[in-house]
Amino acid sequence: MSKNIANSQTKSDKFAQAAVDELGWWGAHKFLILRRLSQLLVLALFAIGPWFGLWFFKGNLSSSELLGVIPLTDPLVTMQVLLTGHWPEVTLLIGAAIIIAFYAVVGGRTFCSWVCPVNIITDCASWIRRKLKLPRTSEMPRNLRYYLLALVLILPILTGFTVWEWANPVPIVYRAILFSAGSGLWILAAIFLLDLLVVERAWCSHLCPTGAMFSLIGKTSPIKVSAVNAEACDNCMDCFTVCPERQVLKPVLKKGSTQPMIMDSDCTLCGRCIDVCAPRVFQYKNRFQQRDLNRIALKAENNQ
Amino acid sequence: MSNTNSKSTKASDFNRRKFLATSAKAGCVMGLVGLGLTATATQSSQRDPFAIRPPGALDEEDFLSSCVRCGLCVEACPYDTLKLARWFEGAATGTPFFTAREIPCEMCDDIPCVKVCPSGALDHSLEDIDDSKMGIAVLIDEKNCLNFKGLRCDVCYRVCPLIDNAITLERQRNHKSGHHAMFLPTVNSDTCTGCGKCERACVTEEAVIKVLPAKVALGRSAAHDTYENTEKTTLEMLNKGLSI
Repeated sequence: MSKNIANSQTKSDKFAQAAVDELGWWGAHKFLILRRLSQLLVLALFAIGPWFGLWFFKGNLSSSELLGVIPLTDPLVTMQVLLTGHWPEVTLLIGAAIIIAFYAVVGGRTFCSWVCPVNIITDCASWIRRKLKLPRTSEMPRNLRYYLLALVLILPILTGFTVWEWANPVPIVYRAILFSAGSGLWILAAIFLLDLLVVERAWCSHLCPTGAMFSLIGKTSPIKVSAVNAEACDNCMDCFTVCPERQVLKPVLKKGSTQPMIMDSDCTLCGRCIDVCAPRVFQYKNRFQQRDLNRIALKAENNQ
Repeated sequence: MSNTNSKSTKASDFNRRKFLATSAKAGCVMGLVGLGLTATATQSSQRDPFAIRPPGALDEEDFLSSCVRCGLCVEACPYDTLKLARWFEGAATGTPFFTAREIPCEMCDDIPCVKVCPSGALDHSLEDIDDSKMGIAVLIDEKNCLNFKGLRCDVCYRVCPLIDNAITLERQRNHKSGHHAMFLPTVNSDTCTGCGKCERACVTEEAVIKVLPAKVALGRSAAHDTYENTEKTTLEMLNKGLSI
């Protein structure tokens, strides 16, 4: 009995140890590593241009050209430009449409977890928090990001400038690396400290207007994380510990839940819950797969 | 039944109150953040009005509303002239500019920086680079100009891509010696493109000829000074103070 307690204590002490034991180190870090590779690969595909003259992507995350032909544009900056009253070249609008269409299919916030460079920094802050066991002292509402998004879109109407682009941290890393314009990195340092010392995951999960926009774009996405094996959950809480948007996990792990899919578009589809779960509760799923299997779930989904 | 009903009303009342309270708070915070951001943005747009923009750039105000700061123009520039502004560097963060004294614009015939601009911050209707207005060269310090000292430096005139058009040498009697001439470099603000080759080439330690944004370099005559009596613009109109 006492041995059992000691066991369970060591188990809960060491985060995700059960998953490592059960799935192996790679199995318990698979999506984390793949995400880092994806984030760095996108950055590298941009960087080999100015560094080595190999042009895959030209530009940066605000607006770019893929292989010199396909325009890609951040929808947020496009909306800001339109709201200042400036009518841009058609390429900007086409680029934004392509990005919106892409993320509407693959899941809006996959941008956050698989592409955005700020995610690396905030994940790092959150990792240090966990290692140092820093207490959660303060909270702020997660919907602040939608207010900030509204603000970002209202300011161009009032001032005629794309005001947010002065401070927007998302393109700053790219500008620093591609155009050696590194003096904006203090904003990222500020975000790192905010995440580390003030509010857990303050930027990406509470404030970032780009994330908020991609969350809205991803509402219709068919790709979801699903708790297909919810009855196997042993309440170890590792997924809650690691999830950047832990509120999205509650509905699917709640007892008697009829909806196994994480329908909340705040889910970044980072797949860390899949990684750290020893009983293999979670999987990536296509939401149309379940239509035939579970009509009740579909009804619940429509009601949301 | 009625019990559950009243319960749900209470709950929704509470939720509504909570919602209103949160909205009010968030609204205030965002108001402050917005003020701060706007202040920083407007200030830094005014801090350095001397940023020289790429060819075809719209007026500074329109430029700041349209440029998405993607750096495509910077990557398209074959001479590494263009740079993206850093924080505290003067021009608005992330917007393209160039420093003529370091690398001036080489005035490519095909204007690759303009062609690649996705937002139209660089005006695609610019077809001839000679029509561009990146700025205006101004011979700002006559005292230190070698030609004004009576020497024949002429470097700014020689390097000008629109030689004898954008910069001319105006002959004048040299009163110092009494029997020599001075050849004074003179910029024609109508044709100068602001490429900055003269500023780059100026031999003095600090350039005496500098490219300034047109907004800084040019004055403007009052409407009545350039008034022409035509059918469309009658004298009565002018007297009534109607703008032409």
